[in-house]
Amino acid sequence: MKRLSRYRRHRAAAPLLLIFALLGIGTTFQVAGATTTSPMTAEERTAAIEEGKEIFLRGCSSCHGLNAEGGPIAPSLIGVGAASVDFQVATGRMPMADMSQQAMRKAPVYTDEEVAALAAYVASLAPGPEIPTEEMLNYERDGELAEGGELFRTNCAMCHNFAGQGGALTQGKYAPSVMGVKPVHIYEAMITGPQAMPVFSDKTLTPKEKLSIIKWIKHAEKEPQLGGVALGRVGPVTEGLLVWTLGLGLLIGIAVWLATKAK
Amino acid sequence: MSARERIAGNVANYVDERTGAAAWMKKNLQKVFPDHWSFMLGEIALYSFVILLLSGTFLTFWFDPSMREVVYEGSYEPLQGLEMSAAYASALDISFEVRGGLLMRQIHHWAALIFMAAIVVHLMRVFFTGAFRKPREFNWIIGIGLLTLGIVEGFLGYSLPDDLLSGTGIRIAEAIIQAVPVVGSYLSYFIFGGAFPGYTFIPRIYTVHILILPGIFLALITVHLMLVWYQKHTQYPGPGRTEKNVVGYPLLPIYMAKAGGFFFIVFGVTALLGAVASINPIWLYGPYTPGQVSAGSQPDWYMGWLDGLVRMAPPLEPVIFGYTLSLNILIPGLILPGIIFTGMALYPFIEQWITGDKREHHLLDRPRNAPNRTALGVMSLTFMMIALINGGNDLIATNFDLSINQIMWFSRIGIIVLPPIAFIVTKRICLSLQRADRELVLHGRETGRLVMMPSGEFVEVHEPISPEKAWLLTQHEQNAPLQLEDTDARGVRRPGLLKSKLRKRFSVAHAEQVAKPTVADLKEIEHH
Repeated sequence: MKRLSRYRRHRAAAPLLLIFALLGIGTTFQVAGATTTSPMTAEERTAAIEEGKEIFLRGCSSCHGLNAEGGPIAPSLIGVGAASVDFQVATGRMPMADMSQQAMRKAPVYTDEEVAALAAYVASLAPGPEIPTEEMLNYERDGELAEGGELFRTNCAMCHNFAGQGGALTQGKYAPSVMGVKPVHIYEAMITGPQAMPVFSDKTLTPKEKLSIIKWIKHAEKEPQLGGVALGRVGPVTEGLLVWTLGLGLLIGIAVWLATKAK
Repeated sequence: MSARERIAGNVANYVDERTGAAAWMKKNLQKVFPDHWSFMLGEIALYSFVILLLSGTFLTFWFDPSMREVVYEGSYEPLQGLEMSAAYASALDISFEVRGGLLMRQIHHWAALIFMAAIVVHLMRVFFTGAFRKPREFNWIIGIGLLTLGIVEGFLGYSLPDDLLSGTGIRIAEAIIQAVPVVGSYLSYFIFGGAFPGYTFIPRIYTVHILILPGIFLALITVHLMLVWYQKHTQYPGPGRTEKNVVGYPLLPIYMAKAGGFFFIVFGVTALLGAVASINPIWLYGPYTPGQVSAGSQPDWYMGWLDGLVRMAPPLEPVIFGYTLSLNILIPGLILPGIIFTGMALYPFIEQWITGDKREHHLLDRPRNAPNRTALGVMSLTFMMIALINGGNDLIATNFDLSINQIMWFSRIGIIVLPPIAFIVTKRICLSLQRADRELVLHGRETGRLVMMPSGEFVEVHEPISPEKAWLLTQHEQNAPLQLEDTDARGVRRPGLLKSKLRKRFSVAHAEQVAKPTVADLKEIEHH
């Protein structure tokens, strides 16, 4: 011990110490990180791609083509990335129920494993946006609530409404409600721009800003109905309906009752 | 006489000796008002106005009408740390920090919606029963004035909290102002004190909202009621009711008690809505920033028709001598409302011109007995309803899985095609109802009892109606179209022939009706 302390003021001591510290942190992080996410091994990945291809050929290829090259009624999936597949399939939008204006959110057709396999297959065709990991989605820790609201109103509210209830677009298309959507799917929607939605790249909205938006949405979801029944949070239309039905209906009813002659 | 009665008598005497109030009170407290539920619609508007004054005064204690930028530090977490105007911050404080503030804000807003709805229903009653006829034309115009000012007042109130929705509304108002040819941009700079949004409009509209317009309202409502008092209330036709009398209850105690009680009922219903239903959740909208807008930004219902008209306007923007003329905003935003409100205000005079009827009317029309007027009213309401529905086209599209474009095209075509259809259908229905009345008088009520005649024939037994009912069904006047000669006695064409021809055609259309049964008709029936 004495021998070691002799060198404590050595010129190389500080850099060496720094290197050891960094190594220590790096190793810990690696070990800790490995426990939360389990990267697929090469074999697993190959197997998933194989499985995904099979599912794809069975369920998707009739529209998207045998090699995902697209067709007259469906776009090419080469380069759309795993995030796109996860968003479309895990929210039930794909496979589509019918050829209407827009694929709607419904109960998913495939299990989580099947979605993962499909995503792995499509991602293997060409590079594209990856599914964000749990670590990337810690919005409670990394997001700012008020900033998220501000960003939502600036970037999202024009289609999804001020409270995220959704709204109409042209020709029967619509921006769906963002209430009750998993954070990972909100994130994927922002990075892939499904259907009529634009892509919000990391240059437009940084990952932290995306998390702020998710945090605000999640907060809005569980916000109690301040001030009474929320009437759908869609603005004055439902308020006007209520005033003409319940409000004036009640008052006119009472007026009729008051003017009835006693029998 | 008890001591208490003596004291009360002394006080009354003291006041009377100095003001002479007793004679006036005696006369006026016994004034008779006819009783009908539809005569209480205006009362709903009046009481909502009182509620608006009371709740509005409460709000002024905490509202800060300033566009000074502040950082929000109140208790609503999702807005903490955001920069906003003092107006918005104080509106949030009223909602979350002031005891009872949110309830008062909601009562104020619900009362405004009820106020406007009650005005519209009251106006419909007055129109369809012909209560606007001589001598009440001025009161009709005052009523139209109150309706118009109510729309403006409501819109200013909607704009005051300076949240995202109110800012969007103000922005649209600015667009409509700018659409005025030549002076539009100057007017806009004048109103906003510079470029939109500027720093002045909140304090300005606040003064107009809480001082100028309520003052004008008070004055107009006072005159409105004084005229009702002076001209006496109209009444529905019935046995014993004539153009010269008023059948009803005295003001004191019956009408006082009814009206007083009704005030508390209106207050109760408004408070109930304010307590259980959220209205204008400004905290969700966030502070106004010109760069933001929400999907489905709508005005309150009484301006929804205006929004609907703007939404359906085709993109007409001709460039004339290098200047853009925004007809797409100008026509739906200013010209059409101008025509609608002027037409409404002038209607009593237009009808007088058509019928040539200069007599006083205190007995109301049954709507079916004025088919042309009723049809005209339903036609106008159809127009407004289509405009109003188009104002919510985005919500209709998302809730009923429709395309917003299809709804817009439906409205564009419908607003031209459907009102005339509504006119024709209503007029036919009115005439059919007249025919049914005639049947009823001549043949009596169908009892539903079938009797088999000795010959084997089945007939339904008809029961004669009561004399009161028969009177009600036959009391109306038989209008005759105006007799306008194209030429004078010497066979010379009169000046203004086109106008006279037009008047004649209107007059014939207006006088169209089923002849009411005469005594001779009845006698003849009895012979069968």
